[in-house]
Amino acid sequence: MESSNKYIIAFIVVMTVLAAVILAGMREATMASSLRNEEIFNKRAILFAVNDYLGKGLNASNLSDDQVLALFKERMEQVVLTMDGEVVPGVLAEKIDLAVEKKKPESERHLPLFIFNGKKEKIYILSVRGSGLWDEIWGSIAVRSDLNTIAGATFDHKGETPGLGAEIKDNPGFPGQFVGKQLFRDGEVAILVRKGGSRDKTYEVDGISGATITADGVTEMLQRGIGYYRPYLESLSN
Amino acid sequence: MAETLETVKTEPKEPLFGSKEKKLLLDPLTDNNPITVQVLGVCSALAITSLVYPSVVMAISVTFVTAFSNLFTSMVREYIPKQVRMIVQLVIIATLVTVVELALKAVNFPIWKQLSVYIGLIITNCIVMGRLEAYAMSNKPWRSFIDGIGNGLGYGAILIIVAIIREITGKGTLFAGSPVELKIIGPNGSYFIDTTTSTLFGWYTNNNLMVLPAAALFVIGILIWIQRSINPKLVDIS
Repeated sequence: MESSNKYIIAFIVVMTVLAAVILAGMREATMASSLRNEEIFNKRAILFAVNDYLGKGLNASNLSDDQVLALFKERMEQVVLTMDGEVVPGVLAEKIDLAVEKKKPESERHLPLFIFNGKKEKIYILSVRGSGLWDEIWGSIAVRSDLNTIAGATFDHKGETPGLGAEIKDNPGFPGQFVGKQLFRDGEVAILVRKGGSRDKTYEVDGISGATITADGVTEMLQRGIGYYRPYLESLSN
Repeated sequence: MAETLETVKTEPKEPLFGSKEKKLLLDPLTDNNPITVQVLGVCSALAITSLVYPSVVMAISVTFVTAFSNLFTSMVREYIPKQVRMIVQLVIIATLVTVVELALKAVNFPIWKQLSVYIGLIITNCIVMGRLEAYAMSNKPWRSFIDGIGNGLGYGAILIIVAIIREITGKGTLFAGSPVELKIIGPNGSYFIDTTTSTLFGWYTNNNLMVLPAAALFVIGILIWIQRSINPKLVDIS
């Protein structure tokens, strides 16, 4: 319909206000649920790293939402560290997002550390983040109380190729290889992913065919990311 | 001046679900299918269909958005100023899609994370805007609503067929990621027969090509071919 400028402006204004009210209302109504869902999603991802220690046939993939929250409340300590290994008081590790931290200059970053109270020992869960072939990759590495033996690992990615780079997440065999390997040799991070198959079985895992760059990204992420935790881990073992 | 007798014509009340409505609902499923005949909305059909569960969620979302944007546009079609027609349509579509996204985030966070940008991309899905222009702008609200549902279902049907083919051949599962995951064939199959011991389906290795978007193109192409061969009404349309 042909209309005057006044009508057009009035129509647009009314429509915009209506849309804004609907969207704002919808967001308010769903905010609490969304935040809770996101929190549970992130916590469940951390629990995957200590899957073997959850106890009695529990698996992070079939825990209920309430079980995830309960496990975190009862058995998970949260510590935030500086790059020098100092504890930052009053901050919860679950609030630290490595994607945000990596934008800060290296000396100012904070690291999240989750300490899981297993039945027999404490398990330390370190968080790492790096680059795969197409986009970012990240993961959690769980270390046993000797601060050297890996208890479990879990990886995730933004856009790796399904069947190739994405196998770091989709194929449980890949992170499963890390169980029992040692992190440090002579004080340096020695864990790595080797294309063509691991040679030194203490420190190396097999690569993924066709996913060399992603696997190299995992190695780089682990060696740099776990290296960040060295000052704290060394202070713990003293 | 002669007085004119005014006869008030009363239109017969249109049935809520008569033959015209049935045609609107069923045509897009076969003769006027948005993807295979109108060739609209193919983009998301390529990206989402590697798994069935996200495809089902996507189909429901697109149906909801198409139906309700058709409804609302049709309700205000006589008041929309000509000069801002497209802008108004876009605002209606964008508001509805954002509502869907917020609802999905609150109800099922993992699926929201998996679908990531593709829910937002429903705004650019040609089917939605296409039906608005082709039908809702010149038809009554209830009929427009039914047309929206019909087109959404037509889109959904193709999406689910392609996804079933791609998931079974590419990953050997059905509904992976959902509470009702089934492992059909391949080395881990267990739905029909436990393929770790039987040779019936156990020989199948997952075909990785089917997981990549290119495979969706092949499957949709073959579907179009089959549909045109069977349906005589489509033969002369190029």
